[in-house]
Amino acid sequence: MVELESIVSAALAEFAGCNDPAALENSKARYLGKSGRLSELLKSLGKLSPGERPAAGARINAAKESLETALVRRREELADQKLARQLAAEALDISLPGRGLGVGALHPITRTLERIEALFHSLGFSVADGPEIEDDFHNFTALNMPEDHPSRSMHDTFYVEGGMVLRTHTSPVQVRYMEAHPPPIKIIAPGRVYRVDSDATHSPMFHQVEGLWIDETVSFAELKGVFTDFMRRFFERDDLQLRFRPSFFPFTEPSAEIDMSFGDSWLEIAGAGQVHPNVLRAVDIDPERYQGFAFGMGSDRLAMLRYGVNDLRLFFENDLRFLRQFA
Amino acid sequence: MKFSEHWLRTFVDPPLDSAALAHALTMSGLDVEERSAAAPPFTDVVVARVTAVERHPNADRLTVCRVDAGRDLTLSIVCGAPNVAAGVLAPCALVGAQLPGGITVRKTAMRGVESQGMLCSAAELGLSDDTSGLLLLDGDLPTGMDLRKALDLDDALFTLKLTPNRADCLCLVGIAREVGAITRSPVKQAPKAEISDAAKKSRHVRVEDPLACPRFCGRVIEGIDARAPTPAWMKRRLDRSGIRPISAVVDVTNYVMLELGQPLHAYDDALLEGDIVVRFPRNGETLTLLNGQSLELDPSLLLVADERRPLGLAGIMGGEHSAINDTTRNVFLEGAFWNPAVIQGKARRLGFATDAGFRFERGVDFANAAASVDRATQLVIELCGGRAGALVDVCGELPRRDAVRVRVPRIARILGLAIAANEIGEIFTRLGFEYEREGDAFMVTPPSYRFDLAIEEDFIEEVARLHGYENIPAKSALHAQSMLPQPEASRSIATLRRRLVDRDYQEVVTFSFVNSVWERTLQVAAHPIKVLNPLASDLDVMRSTLIGGLIDTLRTNVNRKAERVRIFEAGRCFFRDKGRYLQPLRIGGLAFGSADPVQWNGGKRRIDIFDVKADIAALAAPLPVTTQASPHPALHPGRSARIMIAGKPAGWLGELHPRLVREFDLPAAPVLFELDQDSFTEIGLPSARPVSKLPVVRRDLAVVVDDSVPAQAILDALVAVMPPHVEHIDLFDVYRGAGIDPGKKSLAILVLIQDTARTLTDAEIDATVAVLLRELENRFKATLRQ
Repeated sequence: MVELESIVSAALAEFAGCNDPAALENSKARYLGKSGRLSELLKSLGKLSPGERPAAGARINAAKESLETALVRRREELADQKLARQLAAEALDISLPGRGLGVGALHPITRTLERIEALFHSLGFSVADGPEIEDDFHNFTALNMPEDHPSRSMHDTFYVEGGMVLRTHTSPVQVRYMEAHPPPIKIIAPGRVYRVDSDATHSPMFHQVEGLWIDETVSFAELKGVFTDFMRRFFERDDLQLRFRPSFFPFTEPSAEIDMSFGDSWLEIAGAGQVHPNVLRAVDIDPERYQGFAFGMGSDRLAMLRYGVNDLRLFFENDLRFLRQFA
Repeated sequence: MKFSEHWLRTFVDPPLDSAALAHALTMSGLDVEERSAAAPPFTDVVVARVTAVERHPNADRLTVCRVDAGRDLTLSIVCGAPNVAAGVLAPCALVGAQLPGGITVRKTAMRGVESQGMLCSAAELGLSDDTSGLLLLDGDLPTGMDLRKALDLDDALFTLKLTPNRADCLCLVGIAREVGAITRSPVKQAPKAEISDAAKKSRHVRVEDPLACPRFCGRVIEGIDARAPTPAWMKRRLDRSGIRPISAVVDVTNYVMLELGQPLHAYDDALLEGDIVVRFPRNGETLTLLNGQSLELDPSLLLVADERRPLGLAGIMGGEHSAINDTTRNVFLEGAFWNPAVIQGKARRLGFATDAGFRFERGVDFANAAASVDRATQLVIELCGGRAGALVDVCGELPRRDAVRVRVPRIARILGLAIAANEIGEIFTRLGFEYEREGDAFMVTPPSYRFDLAIEEDFIEEVARLHGYENIPAKSALHAQSMLPQPEASRSIATLRRRLVDRDYQEVVTFSFVNSVWERTLQVAAHPIKVLNPLASDLDVMRSTLIGGLIDTLRTNVNRKAERVRIFEAGRCFFRDKGRYLQPLRIGGLAFGSADPVQWNGGKRRIDIFDVKADIAALAAPLPVTTQASPHPALHPGRSARIMIAGKPAGWLGELHPRLVREFDLPAAPVLFELDQDSFTEIGLPSARPVSKLPVVRRDLAVVVDDSVPAQAILDALVAVMPPHVEHIDLFDVYRGAGIDPGKKSLAILVLIQDTARTLTDAEIDATVAVLLRELENRFKATLRQ
């Protein structure tokens, strides 16, 4: 049976030399096929004596199994090689950038207003809104600023045809809200306001956020607490210093100007105070039973301070290179 | 209100330095807007007299001066000033003097002649911009005196940003009163003049409307010298209050106004005829004011007149005719109390402002009118000589000062801090308020000079102010709290904005007022709302569309080399409809340039309407978006559409009209849209339906129709007849070209068919498709594509 060993070694060598599946299958046929060399050898068993046959048969079968195992292994090897070549060919430069739409951004003023709304929302304030072309009554008279009163000179007002004004502050929303809702009232009113003024820190259109809280015991001390809390959360600085100093607004009494410390100086951030009894009475709220505070803050200035913008006009110029920084 | 700190300190001198005083004023409600030094720092400058002037031997334009610098110091100084002359008094910087701008004066040789100091101009000392010559000093100053002392240059100028309620602080005496109250310092009484009426002349005053003029005080002063100079100290105080010195009598009236708060007016008595009459104008009367302005007098303007003509606008400005001049010998001085309501708004309507009008419309101390006329009389006689006539004081019904009940518990409730009754009483005393105690309340009477104290809250503010706002605690808000509603079936503008941001749009914020020319060009509203006093002519109407601002923003960015611009704005637009003002909230968008950002494989296709329509669909989802061809004056006529959201008109979409692309000088047409925010805020709650577990059958139909048939019409027709098992119908291709007749197009439509309970038979599916095809054949003469 020297022949068997030489067949096996020849077959193994041939399998290993096959580099594609077709050649391997041809090779398989030559050794393991119906008229392959092992089959021929099996057929020759009949020439052996009956005593020798079982042992010889077993040896041939073992050889056949070993060849089949080698064949399977070689098939897998060839398949693996093929896959490896394919994968190599399919490899991409994954450092290339992604494709498709980019993403825009909110305007920094909107971003600031949304942040303010969220902070006050967490304290139970809901959001109210009102018209920007406003009547004289709601912008002034109902806020204790009768016609020709010098307090009106604090507002450089835009007038539009038909005897209306562009609201000079968000305070008329207070009046409109109180006309429609009985206390308790807890709202903020963000929005556009207008004054005849234009330089690096003044724009003829800018944004304010009005706040109003009316209930039975809402005091000046709570105005200080709520507003201080708000500013510290807004700037995420617990050491932020605020100062409340006496001021005058016809629709609050006592009135306060609220300043924020900034470097060595103080910056005016908001006007505030306890809602004037005349304002409450004008909307049928009994000032002996209800009281509360109102404030109006310049949210654009907060945005400037928060994001390091030194010229208010940048907000309204809408240069995309500026705006994209707020993505 | 601007004033000299040193002047203030003659009335009240608290132990505070200038900065601390300013802080105390600010924290009590008198906001010190600015505090500046009267002069920049310098040293060793003295008052000196030029005793002799010789020409410089080596320079035509220089002189060599002998200078008496006092203290037995005689100097030789080279000087180039044109106004130098023997005898003049001027500032002399001694050797070693430090001058503004870091200059040190040294002994130097100038063109070969030694100069032992420097004679100074006002500019060299930083006192003004005047470089024309030496600062000539008043003749009576002693030589050798330190100039800072001589001119009171270590003074500070305070500017108060006074709120309209505190007219009582528009004078030194008023500010001193306030400083006394807040610092607990003693305050000197206002100067009181004792006038003996030596003159015979007086002038009768008749007030026709005592409500408008509750008090009128007047006096004739005879025999003055109107040319007498105003003393340096008075000029300096006026100057430091921002009032230009004019002539002695006028300067006195201004000085007393600054000192005591009472605006005064001086008439040339020789030009007055008969009685002084306070009245409203008669028809057709005219008046030329001191500023030269001629007025046709409207009946609301209160006048001071004589028996012949109007003399001036009461409380606002005098007239030209009776003004003081150099030859005036007799003066009539007026100090009145005008009802603020009569003065308010008048000057503003005439287009100017005056110091008198500013004070009278806020309220002037009516109790002080006569004393102020006396004080002015005294000063006029001191400066100009003359004899005073008798004071005429016509006094009607003055404003009431009723006592106000101020409850101690109410103070605690409003402030959130209990302040003891004795502290409250002490505060009222410091402020000079008279009061009586009534149980746990005070009955407080406001003083005549306060026009801002009428109700309890006004006094609560005074208590808080003097107690100090900084001493009121900041309380956290401990109140009964209920959860806020969180509506889910409607969505906020914030959600919508974020959707657009996620679709690669940048939010912008543009002005609500726009250029009327643009607004007309865009032809959205026929008559946009005019702004009557626009800041600029290109911001003269309220926007009736957001598009103008978006195109303007596009232009700004294209000019700065932007190639792809995707922007949106959410805000109000403004219309008038039959007198009503409509201010709807809108969302407008603009896309320009390539559909995708610059990228390595693609990014070159230009944006078109369908890209933007998909953005709108994403914005409106879950509400369905459809479009109908519809012209719009600003848009390409074949590329503009009305947008329907959930079947209702919601706005429009389209490409900018080529004519406007040229007019706005744009390199290509942007795609624009504008939507009413209301049309897609209500979205309802999701309502779940079961999902079939059976396989879905897809059938594709390719139908050929006339090119003019809108795809939406075909989809709408299919949906309208949709048989029961059809789940979904959609368009997935449009083809024109080879194989399709000209004027036709082929549409590929997919139909998904399914039953939730059982598998459909082929026959059922074919029948379903047949229904759809028949509809298309009947409605649109559609044929199946071969």
